[in-house]
Amino acid sequence: MTTTSGEAALFGILATLMVIAALGLLFAKRAVHAAMCVVFVMICLAILYVANEAPFLGIVQVVVYTGAVMMLFLFVLMLVGIDAADSLTETIKGQRWIGIVFGAGLLVVLVSVLASTDLPAAVGLEDANANTNPTGLAKILFGDYVIGMEVIGVLLVTAALAGLVLTHRQRLGARTTQRSMAAERVAALPEGRLLTPLPAPGVYAQNNAMDTPALGPDGQPLEHSVPRVLRIRGQQRTAAEVLGSEETLRSHLGLPAVGTALDDPQIPAIDEPSDHTSTEERD
Amino acid sequence: MIPGVHADFSQDNGWTFLVKAVLILVFLLTSVLVAIWFERKVVGRMQVRPGPNVHGPFGLLQSLADAMKLLLKEDMTVTAADKVVYLLAPMISVFCSLLVFAVVPFGPEVRLPFTDWSTPAQLTDFPVAVLYVLACASVGVYGIVLGGWSSGSTYPLLGSVRSTAQVISYELAMGLSLVSVFILAGTMSTSSIVNEQTGRWFFIPLLPAFVIYVISMIGETNRLPFDLPEAEGELVSGYMTEYSSMKFAWFFLAEYINMLNVSAVCVTLFLGGWRAPWPLSAINDGMLNTGWWPLLWFLVKVWLLMFVFVWVRGTLLRLRYDQFMVFGWKVLIPAALGWLVVLSVVQYVRIGDGVSQTTLIGVLVAIGVVVVATVMFWPSKKVAPAAPPPAEFDAFAGGFPVPPMPGQELPPSPRARRRPVTVSVDAADGADADSDPQEGTR
Repeated sequence: MTTTSGEAALFGILATLMVIAALGLLFAKRAVHAAMCVVFVMICLAILYVANEAPFLGIVQVVVYTGAVMMLFLFVLMLVGIDAADSLTETIKGQRWIGIVFGAGLLVVLVSVLASTDLPAAVGLEDANANTNPTGLAKILFGDYVIGMEVIGVLLVTAALAGLVLTHRQRLGARTTQRSMAAERVAALPEGRLLTPLPAPGVYAQNNAMDTPALGPDGQPLEHSVPRVLRIRGQQRTAAEVLGSEETLRSHLGLPAVGTALDDPQIPAIDEPSDHTSTEERD
Repeated sequence: MIPGVHADFSQDNGWTFLVKAVLILVFLLTSVLVAIWFERKVVGRMQVRPGPNVHGPFGLLQSLADAMKLLLKEDMTVTAADKVVYLLAPMISVFCSLLVFAVVPFGPEVRLPFTDWSTPAQLTDFPVAVLYVLACASVGVYGIVLGGWSSGSTYPLLGSVRSTAQVISYELAMGLSLVSVFILAGTMSTSSIVNEQTGRWFFIPLLPAFVIYVISMIGETNRLPFDLPEAEGELVSGYMTEYSSMKFAWFFLAEYINMLNVSAVCVTLFLGGWRAPWPLSAINDGMLNTGWWPLLWFLVKVWLLMFVFVWVRGTLLRLRYDQFMVFGWKVLIPAALGWLVVLSVVQYVRIGDGVSQTTLIGVLVAIGVVVVATVMFWPSKKVAPAAPPPAEFDAFAGGFPVPPMPGQELPPSPRARRRPVTVSVDAADGADADSDPQEGTR
């Protein structure tokens, strides 16, 4: 089987780009750039697989490695920190030399295995892909190598379970859920605790500053609507100030006191209910 | 003819592919303009307001005006941004979203008017076309992730971290629901899957998978109620906060094209693709399933799903992030896995043992009845004996702080309750007296 000129051109272009990207992985300063270089290499590899009539391998490479594995890598990189640089100090003494020795050992093993492999004669793509590429692959994986597949499956499940067990931690106390919080609130009802959230300061009052208590439906200031810190410091406006302020405002504006009719239509009326109750209060 | 693919592309050459690709591009871009108008109009009607109605008839030109505005806005690059990646991210998003429609069949073989030259209404197809759709979607996420990261700002980064977690978890559920289609159809090529749905559309036998797909397709496109990567109330606008002008428009475009993509894939895999719905398909011996008619049914179905998107957006509230993750991992994925096991067993029995459809349905209904009855009449859980009173717990046993042993209870933290506030004398005269017990809560 010969290579067509189109295939050769594709390989020439992609291989150059891939080598550049692979070098970028080595020399990139930021971890995310290195990760992007790997993604680029993976996608180019996938294109080469598809061009070599292995569409399943190519597409699955993108779905699994680019879409899931590298994405998890990026996820961790982002969680660790945007600009976290690797520290180059050795934590284990002689770590580098041990690493180099093990690497060389792996290389020797791989080369000797590759050198002693006796590859069978190629069947040819036409025959291998006779029942479409995925079906052919499935027949080999789940027919000839089914034991291997199952062993790997068991291994992966064990590893996943181990991950769960290792990251599991015991709770010290009971878990607080929405339901338990609701039950707690109801149980505290007799002590005078509210079921609802606390009112915000300044609601229905003369101004919406933090130190102004909200007015309740009865027109009375609600002390607990003012933030606790202000109350401890004694910085909240007192009820007398709140209730008196309307009177002050009216006297500043030269308006008649509460109770008499408003004649001037240009001055907006101050809302009725609070007028009413505050008059009563002062009596 | 490609082995394992139903559509016949043998008559196509480079020019046909080019024309089809350009047509798909034009279709997608105009559809996005219509989709934006459609969404705003429908959501408007659902919220009892008219929606866009100023530019053009029925406000149809509103999205055109918006696009013009985005084009002419100042294109800003934030100082903290990683320039190259910042520019690359929206491109990845749009590019990947444009790729999906290459394998979606718009119709069967169509004949070009005034010629005797026929070609499938589909750009291309191959034995792993549906996996290719998944691959495009998973690469498209890089646009969102890198966009958030390269902005060099906190909210976008949070948005992109959320989006990664979200897409990975919902892609699993989506992939599992697609596997049940593969099992039933026996193929992964889109045209063959549509061909397998001649008798019945797959959403009927695969109803659970269909429901899981529809839920996870909304999660996958970051749409309400799953739009956590761009939750306005929490993250400004998530990963696209720092984007403006055309770069923002690209993200926007990608989002709407992705909606069209997942709808089209759903139609192809579950809703019979371009096939006419039942009463129509019976007319004149399937006349409406030939020629250019199928294009109409395909578009109608896609836009029905787009309506579902808008409907869901107009109806449901955004989920809390932890609830969303719990829903994905503890409900959708186990449900999809369980369904897959059931389907595989049924399919094995059906094909391997040659059991007829009626027997199979009868047996399944019987099993269902037995399961429901067992669940209903199962004796309720015995009330566990009251736990022994918690043993005395010494937090500093042996001089070191130690956690409680099983059966011991952690004493309440001294900091759990804040010290009560003393009520000032001034406040006492007009204030309601029962405010003091509230102190602990603020």
